[in-house]
Amino acid sequence: MAEPILSVRDLKTYFRPDEGIVRAVDGASFDLYPGRTLGIVGESGCGKSVTARSILRIVDRPGKVEGGTMLLRRGDGRVVDLASIDEASSEMRDIRGGEIGYVFQEPMSSLSVFYTIGNQVIEAIRRHRKVSTKEARDRAIELLQLVGIPRAEQRIDSYSFELSGGLRQRVMIALALAAEPRILIADEPTTALDVTTQAQILELIRKIQVERDLAVVLITHDMGVIAEMADTVSVMYLGKVVESGSVDTIFHAPRHPYTQALLRSIPSVLAEPRSRLATIVGSIPHPYARPPGCPFHPRCQDAIPGTCDKNPPPATALDAEHEVRCFLCCEPAEISA
Amino acid sequence: MSSLVRPETPFVSAAEDRIAAATQLQLTWWRFRKHRLAVVSGIVVILFYLIVIFADFLAVTPPHATDAARSYIPPQAVHWFDQDGSFKPHVYALKGRRDLRTFKLHYAPDPTDRRYLVWFAEGYRYRLFGIFETKTHIVGLDRGVPEDALFLLGTDQLGRDVWSRLMLATRTSLTIGLVGVSLSLFLGIFLGGISGLYGGAIDTVIQRVIEILRSIPTIPLWMGLAAALPNSWSVTQVYIAITVIISLIGWTELARVVRGRFLALREEDFITAAELAGASRLRIIFRHMVPSFLSHIIAAVSLALPAMIISETTLSFLGLGLRPPAISWGVLLQDAQNLQAIAMAPWLLLVAVPVVIVILAFNFLGDGLRDAADPYG
Amino acid sequence: MLTYILQRLGLALVTIWAISVISFVIIQLPPGDFVDAYIANLSASGSVVSQQQAQSLRQLYGLDQPVWVQYWKWISRVVQGDFGPSMEWGRPVTEVIGDRLWLTVVVSISAILLTWGIALPIGIYSAVRQYSVADYAFTLVGFIGLAVPNFLLALVIMYFGFVLFDLNIGGLFSAEYQLAPWSWGKALDLMRHLPLPAMILALAGTAQLIRIMRANLLDELRRPYVATARARGLPEWRVIVKYPVRAALNPFASTIGYLLPFVVSGSIVVSLVLSLPTVGPLLLRALIAQDMFLAGTIVLLLGVLTVVGTFISDLILMWIDPRIRAGIHG
Repeated sequence: MAEPILSVRDLKTYFRPDEGIVRAVDGASFDLYPGRTLGIVGESGCGKSVTARSILRIVDRPGKVEGGTMLLRRGDGRVVDLASIDEASSEMRDIRGGEIGYVFQEPMSSLSVFYTIGNQVIEAIRRHRKVSTKEARDRAIELLQLVGIPRAEQRIDSYSFELSGGLRQRVMIALALAAEPRILIADEPTTALDVTTQAQILELIRKIQVERDLAVVLITHDMGVIAEMADTVSVMYLGKVVESGSVDTIFHAPRHPYTQALLRSIPSVLAEPRSRLATIVGSIPHPYARPPGCPFHPRCQDAIPGTCDKNPPPATALDAEHEVRCFLCCEPAEISA
Repeated sequence: MSSLVRPETPFVSAAEDRIAAATQLQLTWWRFRKHRLAVVSGIVVILFYLIVIFADFLAVTPPHATDAARSYIPPQAVHWFDQDGSFKPHVYALKGRRDLRTFKLHYAPDPTDRRYLVWFAEGYRYRLFGIFETKTHIVGLDRGVPEDALFLLGTDQLGRDVWSRLMLATRTSLTIGLVGVSLSLFLGIFLGGISGLYGGAIDTVIQRVIEILRSIPTIPLWMGLAAALPNSWSVTQVYIAITVIISLIGWTELARVVRGRFLALREEDFITAAELAGASRLRIIFRHMVPSFLSHIIAAVSLALPAMIISETTLSFLGLGLRPPAISWGVLLQDAQNLQAIAMAPWLLLVAVPVVIVILAFNFLGDGLRDAADPYG
Repeated sequence: MLTYILQRLGLALVTIWAISVISFVIIQLPPGDFVDAYIANLSASGSVVSQQQAQSLRQLYGLDQPVWVQYWKWISRVVQGDFGPSMEWGRPVTEVIGDRLWLTVVVSISAILLTWGIALPIGIYSAVRQYSVADYAFTLVGFIGLAVPNFLLALVIMYFGFVLFDLNIGGLFSAEYQLAPWSWGKALDLMRHLPLPAMILALAGTAQLIRIMRANLLDELRRPYVATARARGLPEWRVIVKYPVRAALNPFASTIGYLLPFVVSGSIVVSLVLSLPTVGPLLLRALIAQDMFLAGTIVLLLGVLTVVGTFISDLILMWIDPRIRAGIHG
């Protein structure tokens, strides 16, 4: 397999407001390969968005990347550690947009209403490439056409509030691709859209990925999206990656109780009518009151008292690609149906 | 399934429990307490209103007693320690000497004659709380005779004690503020409430009226209305009239806040629930809506008070508000209206100090209350 | 967009009408017949008014008729530019007011420009560098501006100017230009005297605007589009100035509507303290002397001034917000 284009090891991003410390990302590790899609999945509040923002060092205050390494192989071959670069430096700003593009969740509020979409796309282009205004405008129109916006030559001068949600999200993708990055991070790109538009956007991302050999990080809480788009999956819970592997492994042979519970909770067309929807008992604990030991143990049906509530389980590699953090994994455990 | 499964996470802290069970008012109070500046301001405000209650007690010399001979005496310096180092605050007695050329009487401090300060001394007669007749004041001179006066802040042109007048002025100005705000509050809640509750055409009309009123410069308006008050009116009548005039503009801000609250509340689920449960309109308003925006109202009132005080002070300063013999901050500041007066007696400007302190205090207090009532609002 | 303009215009016209009514009320307020007072005033200075003259005056002003007729007569003449006579000065009101109205406008606009010029950058700085020393310092100065009534500030400054520099600060012109006709020299002289009154008037408004700008910007800084801009690799200052500041500018701009009446109001009292030849001192004299046509006219003109200013600010607001231009209310 080719070399990873981005290699994250033991990423730690903490928030330190006056009330206490929130370990939003507490030791996450994953690899990203060109042309492949990594899906990061988990419930709301598990730290997936913060992970993505940590990569680009745009975490909101009072959050800070406090540990770990994020090795990026840049276009010219140099390897830099994103965790140790000064987040305000011009190098980091070159990487933002130039090497890594970011698609945000809410197209409604992620575009400024005071400037035309053309203005914003051209700005992104010119930030990273020295081109004349005319050239930039032509490239912007091309970009808008690429993402499937009809009548791009006219639409380029419209304002974001004049476009529908789906079109806005396409504009966001265009913005992310403006400087021709090699990595695309899509943070819940379809959550705010209706189902049909969702499918179109995902289709678009896949198409562009193939055309440009993009490495894609797809963040979502929707297992269906994961199944459709991801090549590898990292399941996150309370800031830790509890299980990671290929999409086939995760869906057909999950070993972590949380992954299993997630899969169980997907409503199925084949289920018995009128049967109860399976849910995961309990709820995400308060950020200032994280449980000791394994983060999932209070909600785990098979938690081992004395073990699971004392120390966090270490990462166990079950095979070349499959890794789990669970004390149960090494005993032959029956996978409950 | 393990019997050791506990469905709820056991890590809800005790603090969270308390928060979940607290009432709106308690929550607001807790948040308020975190703003130290606002709390300090609250204490300052309370202290000032204590002055209002005890104004006569804190005054030392009869505030209306004029004495042309004692005009423009600078504040008497209080020396805290006696020659032997003991704590015995005293002032130098004022001796009058007649200038043989102009035959005018001049008062100057005499260092050889020490007059010691006595706490709870006997002074002029007044009614405490308007009920009990007494002669006790907070401080006075020993061996005191009524002609010996203690001028802590000096005297004005007519020989009146500035300190005592300041005490009484504080009472007047702060009560006008309070009464004015109450009137504005009444108007504001009434009109704002109708506007927010019923919406539609009534809302639009009231909104437009508010907009119109807000775009008219206030001072010329007040000046015009105040100047129309007949000279023959008594002090009390003028007092009431001025209060009414001032509150006529202030209500717009309060109405805006009230209307906003009502509008937001109308959509709340708990209101719909109450309606579905069959509660009457009135009951919904008083039992459900009012408690939830009480804290906002208190904050808005606290912010409106300084405006009232500034208005009265400005009007009286111009000579169009309260008139002598009434005493208010504005009336006192009228004495300091021009350069000559201030050049001769700069201590007259000290009246400005409590004004500024009170306005700042109310502003901080109001800010703190508003943040506590709705941190995101 | 057109509906927006028409709406604001309509509101402005209604407001002007309301002001005219209020001004008329002020004119009518003092007890007694205007003509009686007029006659009394004239005879006090020696002239005699015959019964016939008195009667024709009464007819001219419709004093023997119901109130709304009087209003109508007054307003129809006002619209033609005849504001009535000043009793105290014995000349038409317009002559007495003369330059003063324009000077009031000049002082007010200077104060507003100053307010904006100071409040905008400080507000931005305070929001971006929250909790810094400078933030607290500005907030403190802002509060002082808020808490000290502007006439008090003027008094204190006058006092210190006198005591420390032996200066008599006041007035808008030096002695030699005071009565001179307009010229470049006079205009320059005016410029030199403007900063002090403009600053005093600006202080309270500045404090308000800084707080508004700071609060709005803090809100906007939390919004998603800021992160989007950052994720494109834009330099931080550009991220802040181009996007959230632009958004926070809207509520900021709409404050002109309330700033103008505030400043115009404030200028009245400050003019008194500093002896500025604006409309303020004239109004006070007129009110005390019960020279009602003069007073009422000044109130009317000030009101109209404010409404016009507010209308212009509405137009500016419309121009800077593309949402309003597109017909969607922002």
